Amino acid sequence: MRRLPRKDILGLEEISTQEMDIILATARSMKELVQSPVKKESSLKGKVVINLFYEPSTRTRSSFELAGKYLGGDVINITTATSSVVKGESLLDTARTILMMGCDVLVVRHSSSGSPHFLAQHLSCSVINAGDGMHEHPTQGLLDLFTIRDQLGSVAGKRVVILGDVAHSRVARSNIWALTKFGAKVTVCGPKTLIPVEVRSLGVEVSYDADTALAEADVINVLRLQLERQHKGLFPSIREYHAGWGLNQRRLNLAKPGALVLHPGPMNRGVEISSDIADGDQSLIEEQVTNGVAIRMALLHLLVGEVARDE
Amino acid sequence: MSKLSLTVFPNYQEAAGELTSFSPSLLLQKGRLLDPQQGLDAVGDVRLQGDKIVQVGNNLPPLAGERVVSCQGLVLAPGFIDMHVHLREPGYEYKEDIASGSQAALAGGFAQICCMPNTYPICDNRSVVEFIKQQAAHANGAIVWPIAAITKGEAGYELSEMVELRQAGVVAFSDDGRPVINGEVMRNALEYSSMLGVPVISHLEDPYLSEGRVMHHGAVSTRLGLKGIPAAAEEIMAYRDLQLAKLVDGQIHLAHLSAAGTVELLRQGKERGIKASGEVTVHHLLLTHEMVAESGYDSNTKVNPPLRTEEDRQALLVGLREGVIDAIVTDHAPHHLDDKRMDFDGAAFGISGLDVAVALILSRLVSRGELSLERMITAFTTGPAQILGLTPPSLTPGSSANITVLDLQLTQEIAATALKSKGKNMPYLGWTLTGWPVMTIVRGKLYAHPSLA
Repeated sequence: MRRLPRKDILGLEEISTQEMDIILATARSMKELVQSPVKKESSLKGKVVINLFYEPSTRTRSSFELAGKYLGGDVINITTATSSVVKGESLLDTARTILMMGCDVLVVRHSSSGSPHFLAQHLSCSVINAGDGMHEHPTQGLLDLFTIRDQLGSVAGKRVVILGDVAHSRVARSNIWALTKFGAKVTVCGPKTLIPVEVRSLGVEVSYDADTALAEADVINVLRLQLERQHKGLFPSIREYHAGWGLNQRRLNLAKPGALVLHPGPMNRGVEISSDIADGDQSLIEEQVTNGVAIRMALLHLLVGEVARDE
Repeated sequence: MSKLSLTVFPNYQEAAGELTSFSPSLLLQKGRLLDPQQGLDAVGDVRLQGDKIVQVGNNLPPLAGERVVSCQGLVLAPGFIDMHVHLREPGYEYKEDIASGSQAALAGGFAQICCMPNTYPICDNRSVVEFIKQQAAHANGAIVWPIAAITKGEAGYELSEMVELRQAGVVAFSDDGRPVINGEVMRNALEYSSMLGVPVISHLEDPYLSEGRVMHHGAVSTRLGLKGIPAAAEEIMAYRDLQLAKLVDGQIHLAHLSAAGTVELLRQGKERGIKASGEVTVHHLLLTHEMVAESGYDSNTKVNPPLRTEEDRQALLVGLREGVIDAIVTDHAPHHLDDKRMDFDGAAFGISGLDVAVALILSRLVSRGELSLERMITAFTTGPAQILGLTPPSLTPGSSANITVLDLQLTQEIAATALKSKGKNMPYLGWTLTGWPVMTIVRGKLYAHPSLA
């Protein structure tokens, strides 16, 4: 059977295009399963997936949960509000306790960049990064790649604009790795305080002018704006942000006709994206959610699933 | 691992692992005597009596009852000083205490160390100074010189009782670990302390630019998604403190330089006649921010100021070679495993260094021709002594019998179990180094590195 040559999925920086191709091909058949009337497989039968979330999450956590369940695995969720973390237990002790209960895949979300790497170094089970601080969100990067390829066939040579708070965005970093590795031309765009100049070293163009950046764009991936950044002085007001970098109909018209619009959610409607765009024909935001389940099924299957599934 | 033949150290076993007295006298035979301050570099013998060097010469005949240690093939240098360490006692003895820290110093080749005041309670009053001196007297380790806080509680507002603290024996003032944010307070500290002939050591950090940040701000922090501390956070404070020293004719010492811009500021400050000096840590001389990525977010690479770029590292080396930077220090920051074994953001800042600092410099800089042995010795002896007003260590007769003995050929791996410090938090574990301190003599007492046994 096909397997990934790794124990953990920590970031797309270290994952090759060959591996990503395997993941996306597997996700293709998983998507059929998600869309079929009887969503049940047995590839993960007898396997335990534990979601350990130190940050709030709706879609990523439930997406992993459903992915595990569709494949016949047992899934439990641990969130910090209900765990012994509130009693002061360390990250490693919590994770080790979980491992001792019989965990095959630990899905971790944590506000500190690198914490999945730390756990992966200390645990024998597979670790999947479900978002670490400002570092990476690899399953989001893969599902965005999957969604774009689904529409365009290939991303090579395509112009992708990542619009918004790149500085604090793990979605941006995972997108950058996935897209540039497959030859897309990526531009990151936002106010200067939210775009680190060093991001150029990741192989992207930088723009502070949304109108210019969006010209000739094939894909626009709009990032969520953390509203509390305003209080840290990174931008003056929501109003000015929306006027300068929000995606609205006028701006979308600057891009290529039919340009794809993505957003990782949850959205601030009227801030980084206007409602008519979010709900419009060019939006793939709901498609992304379905694809997210398929990608997570693919990863769980490829990491610990039964041989039987693959012919 | 190459071991020295035991036969050339007839007395080593008596001294291995602890300070040992020899009476009536001790003769170190046929070592390469290297004392850059005296322009001395020759093979010779050194005789110690009590706590003094009494005779230096060639083929000194052994006296009746004298202990003789052959130092053939070894370098004898004036005893090294590390002017920036954290011994954690009182208050954080689970990380380190004065005994373990001062013994780690001995093992690492240091005869004298200066401990920073950010203990609990803070060393901002005479009773804590006396406590440290008392603990050090019983520690059987390197000589310990306390540094007192600039401000009470290191809170940054009121000056500590500097006159009394100086009378109690402190050699400098520093709020190390945190900056003095208020420029007026720093100005007063520099002015008041200038009556005492000891420096104010500035922990260079604009806290507004560093708060909540965990590594150098640059390409690596961007890639890793870690919040970065810009070099400007250090440079801004360096410029402020140099100007304040100029304003009041105070003596400023810039701690743990990490950025190229700060080296330049110090160079200019010295050229402008400001009474300024600077130090660089071993880890900033050897490592860059790439280490954070290469190690996979290993929290042992988390240190403040952070490891910066290769350009910064090169500038620090140039500054050290040219004498802009006066001293090499460890900024020995031992931590318990529990304070480090966690996510990068949550882990404590700091690298443990006393045991291995000299060996690291010998192996990674001196043996590669990036730093001369003479310059290294000066930066571990005369450099810090002049800053602190201590008698410069020397091999001349009449000097205190503080000597560091180096074996430039000895090859050993850094093993956590061999470290005398309680703090095993260093990114060098498993490194193989060539060039180690093998004996340290403190006030005439000999300590031989246990690895020789």
